[in-house]
Amino acid sequence: MTTTYLEAITSTLAREMRLDDRVFVLGEDVAEGGPWGATAGLVDEFGPERVRNTPISEAAIAGVAIGAAQSGMRPVVEIMFIDFLTLALDQLVNQAAKAHFMSGGQLTVPLVVRTQGGAGQRGAAQHSQSLEAWLTHVPGLKVAMPATAADMAGLLVSAIADPNPVVLVENKTLYFRREDVPDDPEPVLLGRARIVRPGRDVTVVALSRLVHEAVAAAEELAAEGIEVEVIDPRTLVPLDLDTILASVSRTHRLVVAHEAVRSGGFGAELAACVQEAAFEELDAPVVRVGAPFAPIPFSPPLEDDYLPGRDDVAAAVRSVL
Amino acid sequence: MWRIRAFEERVGELTRADEVHGLVHLSVGQEGVAAGVCGSLRDDDAVYSNHRAHGHAIAKGAPLDGLMAELMGRDGGVCRGLGGSMHLVDAAHGFLGATGVVGGNVPLALGSALAARLAGSDAVAVVFFGDGAVQSGIFVESVNLAALWGLPLVLVCENNGFAEFTPRSAHTNVERVSDVVAPYGLARETVDGNDVLAVRDAFAPFLAAARSGEGPFLLECLTHRLRGHYEGDPAHYREALAAEEWQRLDPILRLQRTLGVDGVDEETAARADVEAAVAAARESPFPDTRLTRSLVYA
Repeated sequence: MTTTYLEAITSTLAREMRLDDRVFVLGEDVAEGGPWGATAGLVDEFGPERVRNTPISEAAIAGVAIGAAQSGMRPVVEIMFIDFLTLALDQLVNQAAKAHFMSGGQLTVPLVVRTQGGAGQRGAAQHSQSLEAWLTHVPGLKVAMPATAADMAGLLVSAIADPNPVVLVENKTLYFRREDVPDDPEPVLLGRARIVRPGRDVTVVALSRLVHEAVAAAEELAAEGIEVEVIDPRTLVPLDLDTILASVSRTHRLVVAHEAVRSGGFGAELAACVQEAAFEELDAPVVRVGAPFAPIPFSPPLEDDYLPGRDDVAAAVRSVL
Repeated sequence: MWRIRAFEERVGELTRADEVHGLVHLSVGQEGVAAGVCGSLRDDDAVYSNHRAHGHAIAKGAPLDGLMAELMGRDGGVCRGLGGSMHLVDAAHGFLGATGVVGGNVPLALGSALAARLAGSDAVAVVFFGDGAVQSGIFVESVNLAALWGLPLVLVCENNGFAEFTPRSAHTNVERVSDVVAPYGLARETVDGNDVLAVRDAFAPFLAAARSGEGPFLLECLTHRLRGHYEGDPAHYREALAAEEWQRLDPILRLQRTLGVDGVDEETAARADVEAAVAAARESPFPDTRLTRSLVYA
């Protein structure tokens, strides 16, 4: 069947809520479906106790979900924009991430936080960011960035089943992307990368929207005889470094690509991990594709110029050959 | 209350002897609140606390030896030495935790209350916090949400008049915490927190109502922190109480006067239990350093 990334969220939530009474959803306007409709219709089937609208209180939403998770529930929180996750970071960083550790293993926090980032819709600097790298710096959190509907469904299943706090960073520009998916979604294990496109010449590790940009760049480069291998790690924490290293040992060249600001982005971590583990395999310096060190501009031509895309990936690939 | 007092006085000594490590905040003088509230709770009722948590944990039933070993960083600690004084947890007794972030645990108590409701249990949640936490944004967010959802929760404020080193009057124009929550329509009560029987009696109707699914409630306990903010705090910002004045206020001595007992047997037994806990903690090894990496994820 074909589905969209957004429909994959809704149908997977419904399926998990049917299977497990402990699963419930909370967040701003979730009973109305949220701004894109990710939770649309759930309240009709499961009622307002399990599809809980909240005030605009991100810190309290996160805290309530952490407490409920510690007391045996499986909450799925929606933070409407990742830009607003800043308001919940104390709860995520100081409480959720550390509860299992600080309690000597007594507590677990089986919490899922769904949020979405990404620019390209003229949302300007406070509704478009890619802040996933902050989360990857905090031991105790898991971080996933699904790029496809199938991965969205599969990672959501795994995140709900996981006994740890998992943040799923969705991308708003992917929500209406339609694709074929299996009728019964397979769980996607956290920490398992996907080779999106095989290739012998250059490895491109891309995140979220940039996976599709990298594939487009690879198709363009194939016409020039350059075969690019595109890898989507799917989860940043835990990271499937083995799949990336195996690819680099075949291609000997690496480009990392994400929409987040390049400096301090997750690409820097990927580059460091690969050069530490396989420096002798590299025939060229690792090149990072990312946004410039500036807030996201509003004016359409400026935003278009700001956003990394297929041309940036293609240029980076050419630069390492 | 003697168990809390004896435990904390010993912790103070062991802090100065460098056997108890890190930042230690004692609740000496505030025992009436912990005892007056936790004495009526069940193991499946969730209690959350703050950075000044030893008394709440003991009153909820946490073992003295596990607590002392935790404060000494030993493997036998309730959190295997990974948490320390500000992050005590004893899940078996429903003590779901202290926190080092002022106000940080208030919404977690809402979550436990919500979980009880969704699971069809009559368990309640209680969160202790100081008057300093009331000025945090998370407190207001939590009170609003708890009231909106009518959660079976009792918010227990220990109003000792000082937020860390600063008197309440320097942080807010609102003297009574119960006035802060008034617009949300919570049933609320302000009591003398150094009168343990008054705390118990004021808490009782709130607990009974919460058991039947109602809430939230706020119990503000006016109390006095005898020690500094942390052990080693010279407390230059306030004058110490005169000894006679403290004799009058001390929740333990007050209860003994009310009951007409001298408390000697209770104090002796409590101090013996604490010494046994110290001895057991000293016998417990420090954790294997591999423990750090083994408990990051469940």
